[in-house]
Amino acid sequence: MSDRAENGGAANGEAANGGANSPANDGALEASRRPASLTLVPVADEKLGTRDFKSDQEVRWCPGCGDYAILAAFQAFLPELEIPRENLVMISGIGCSSRLPYYVDSYGMHSIHGRAPAIATGLAASRPDLSVWVITGDGDALSIGGNHLIHALRRNVNINILLFNNRIYGLTKGQYSPTSEQGKITKSTPFGSLDTPFNPVSLALGAEASFVARTIDSDRKHLTSVLRAAADHRGTSFVEIYQNCPIFNDDAFAPLTSPASRDDTLIRLEHGEPVRFGADLGRGLRFGRTGSLEAVDVAGADPDSLVVHDAHAADPSYAFALSRLDRADFAHTPIGVFRQQPRASYDDLMAEQISAARARQGEGDLAELLAGADTWQVG
Amino acid sequence: MTKQVQQLDRVIIRFAGDSGDGMQLAGDRFTQETAAFGNDLSTLPNFPAEIRAPAGTLPGVSSFQLHFADHDILTPGDAPDVLVAMNPAALKANLSDVPRGADIIANTDEFTKRNLARVGYTASPLEDGSLSGYNVHAVAITSMTVKALEEIDVSRKEAERAKNMFALGLLSWLYNRPPEGTLKFLRSKFANKPEIMKANITAFQAGWNYGETTEAFSVQYEVKPATLAPGTYRNITGNSALSYGLVAASRRSGLPLFLGAYPITPASDILHELSKHKRFGVRTFQAEDEISGVGAALGASFGGALGVTSTSGPGMALKAETIGLAVSLELPLIVIDVQRAGPSTGMPTKTEQADLLMALYGRNGESPVVVLAPATPSGCFEIALEAVRIATKYRTPVIILSDGYLANGSEPWRIPEAGGLPKLRDEFSFSSPSEWSGADGKPDFRPYQRNPDTLARPWAIPGTPGLEHRIGGIEKADGTGTISYDPGNHDRMVRLRQAKVDGIAADIGPLEVDDPDGQAKVLVLGWGSTFGSIGAAVRRVRVAGGSIAQAHLRHLSPFPANLGEVLASYDRVLVPEINLGQLALVLRGRYLTDVISYNRVRGLPFRAAELAGVIQDVIDNV
Repeated sequence: MSDRAENGGAANGEAANGGANSPANDGALEASRRPASLTLVPVADEKLGTRDFKSDQEVRWCPGCGDYAILAAFQAFLPELEIPRENLVMISGIGCSSRLPYYVDSYGMHSIHGRAPAIATGLAASRPDLSVWVITGDGDALSIGGNHLIHALRRNVNINILLFNNRIYGLTKGQYSPTSEQGKITKSTPFGSLDTPFNPVSLALGAEASFVARTIDSDRKHLTSVLRAAADHRGTSFVEIYQNCPIFNDDAFAPLTSPASRDDTLIRLEHGEPVRFGADLGRGLRFGRTGSLEAVDVAGADPDSLVVHDAHAADPSYAFALSRLDRADFAHTPIGVFRQQPRASYDDLMAEQISAARARQGEGDLAELLAGADTWQVG
Repeated sequence: MTKQVQQLDRVIIRFAGDSGDGMQLAGDRFTQETAAFGNDLSTLPNFPAEIRAPAGTLPGVSSFQLHFADHDILTPGDAPDVLVAMNPAALKANLSDVPRGADIIANTDEFTKRNLARVGYTASPLEDGSLSGYNVHAVAITSMTVKALEEIDVSRKEAERAKNMFALGLLSWLYNRPPEGTLKFLRSKFANKPEIMKANITAFQAGWNYGETTEAFSVQYEVKPATLAPGTYRNITGNSALSYGLVAASRRSGLPLFLGAYPITPASDILHELSKHKRFGVRTFQAEDEISGVGAALGASFGGALGVTSTSGPGMALKAETIGLAVSLELPLIVIDVQRAGPSTGMPTKTEQADLLMALYGRNGESPVVVLAPATPSGCFEIALEAVRIATKYRTPVIILSDGYLANGSEPWRIPEAGGLPKLRDEFSFSSPSEWSGADGKPDFRPYQRNPDTLARPWAIPGTPGLEHRIGGIEKADGTGTISYDPGNHDRMVRLRQAKVDGIAADIGPLEVDDPDGQAKVLVLGWGSTFGSIGAAVRRVRVAGGSIAQAHLRHLSPFPANLGEVLASYDRVLVPEINLGQLALVLRGRYLTDVISYNRVRGLPFRAAELAGVIQDVIDNV
């Protein structure tokens, strides 16, 4: 792992070793095993570096955009997958984030608004030898493409969906989005937005997603560890990335990123570890009377009542309760892997039906198909 | 009892009953018997969109018409010679189509006061003399069926449900159909329900025996087998033929077939059919919506599969944006639109040709695609192969405009030799790194550098080393394919995309005109499923001594290269369409030919007699 990380860049070295605050230690792989999403993808016959995944296109996001950090972390992470560049495919929709495929030197499609999960489904279902990544945003995935997102999640095709959530429409210059807080003043809502926002993690869990995680653009180490965990999940991996838009929604996630508050607000989830946060890690979580989670001081709390994070729980209720901690005021916002539930992927099941049919009846015979059961002879 | 046997050259029968009466099944079985006997045939199923409309009502009537003959025929026929009416609603709904002198077989058991009143009869038409112009056979079909099944362990309801088999048995006797196929079918269909199997077989035989013994039928008819070209035949519907054509195209192109589809009438049978053929490596994806269906197909095409999506009109409207993306990406994509009556939901089970302009132009921007239309149910097979040939060779979306009549109608099909089908693998190739040698030994790949002959761009699929590239819906620079907002480049790309599609005209063969005496001043030009009706009408006109030329378009974009010339060589061009003149509009704009447009949009195919009259009028007025 570590030599792979060296090749990929300095940031990965730290993440791979896993620090006290490193989330998802289940995401760090033993050296002998390939990430689960890549078992049918060829292994690169040469070591690749970050530079190999940079295309010749000039990156054209606004100065200070969180997308730069995500792109850099992603490109630095890719070499550790040890797959050939040509077997990596990026599919995006429309929006600022969806420009990302142009900047990654692999196969890519910048498609149409909201439809990337559908396009990726057709590609992944017919090409198990590819590593397919969907790049989308809050408007693309949750508004115009909401239907495709939820069905991709329940279907569990072997793709990775990275949702850049900046809680605003950037490319159309600043209208509120389906994740904007209620009352948001924007160009299209000068008197404040009226609708209740989606919580993307809650939505994904409700849509039967088998892998759900959240991370932040500004924490490269955490972001990389979540990408690693996503790649190690066979099926649809859903990753929400809080991303700052400095032009239309600057500091939207300030309570989570500012050194003054982030220790209190961020809850870093690690599978198998007690949930701890706050100054001196003195806060924990326990279940309230109605099944929701509440933050408590560890000191003085019944140790047995404190939650130990279990991302592998079969029932999603706990993960859902975790997702509900994230409210408009960011008082407690979990990041890391909420849920990672092994479940057969759609494309694997589809391939199995084909091989089972062939094993049972042999390869299809065209002449036999055309003739059918009822024929007659003339002449 | 020996009965008189009368020879006929052709017969049109129509089974009509309640939606739940099993008329489609009876019609389908009669069709199979007729096909096995060797007649030429053509069918027209006609049913409501509701699965079970209220019993005994006019909207609930379902019918199946079959035309069979000892010679080749082109349509399901205009007017039935025999109407089987399983209840008063079926009689009332169909009587206006039945000519005087025809036979009506009515199920008297259902002509109760209540059922009569439900459809507005104050007295039974079987008794009040209003049907005196017809040859009415009053048969107690339900009660005779129930009586015949007395010894079998089925409920009264189950016994009554077998009445369609009684009717089928009676008709099978009347027209001397071989019953073995139907008996075999019933044995296999109800293999797990022996009592139901016995009930259906007994009902069928009771109907047959009734015909043989009753005095109500004094004549048995015989329609000799037709003289068809030698070969092995089967009966086939348009949707099946289209599905088989796609599987065959997958085999002949070496591309795995991927269908993305959302259920919609009348296209769902394509999804059903293809989902059976996993042995052929066919992947069928029942998508969450129409947009996902076409999106997944396009994604599969990007990966080097044969991406197909199937739908009907409302679904086409939803797919428009993705088809536009496919135009911009210049990837192969097959889009099947089984047209139905619109606008909006329209009449889902009824046929129409009103999606032509949508197929040609229904996208934002200049968005040229290839549009093909099959002319007959069996012709759907060749159209599928042709669509795949063009889509893969030119890297373009191809829209196939089938319709409800072709989809569900059936006819005998001479099964082609699988080995003799076009070798589609020779028509295209995936791009390989060796074609793109650059200065430093690495491939210098240019995703939008076109083949000078076809103007197709390279199809470089993921997994090909050195040809990594990004494509998208944003305008691309000619050659390199990078994002470009350059005005001159956009103008050039718009024209190149159009020129690529236009250039296909040189690769599709000329429009053939059937003008046997060379004297015709009038050409009748059609497209799609009107081929049979127009052909039958043309025959009538010619038999009556008229001179008329006929041509039929299978390629609607681009048109065959000689179309303008053909139009110019006739004094008048008549264009019948089941829309308000969509092809006519295009022809007028494109060729400045003032074609005569004839239009009916009733959800049904044209009647041959009606079209013959229209053609004769045009001839008389030249």
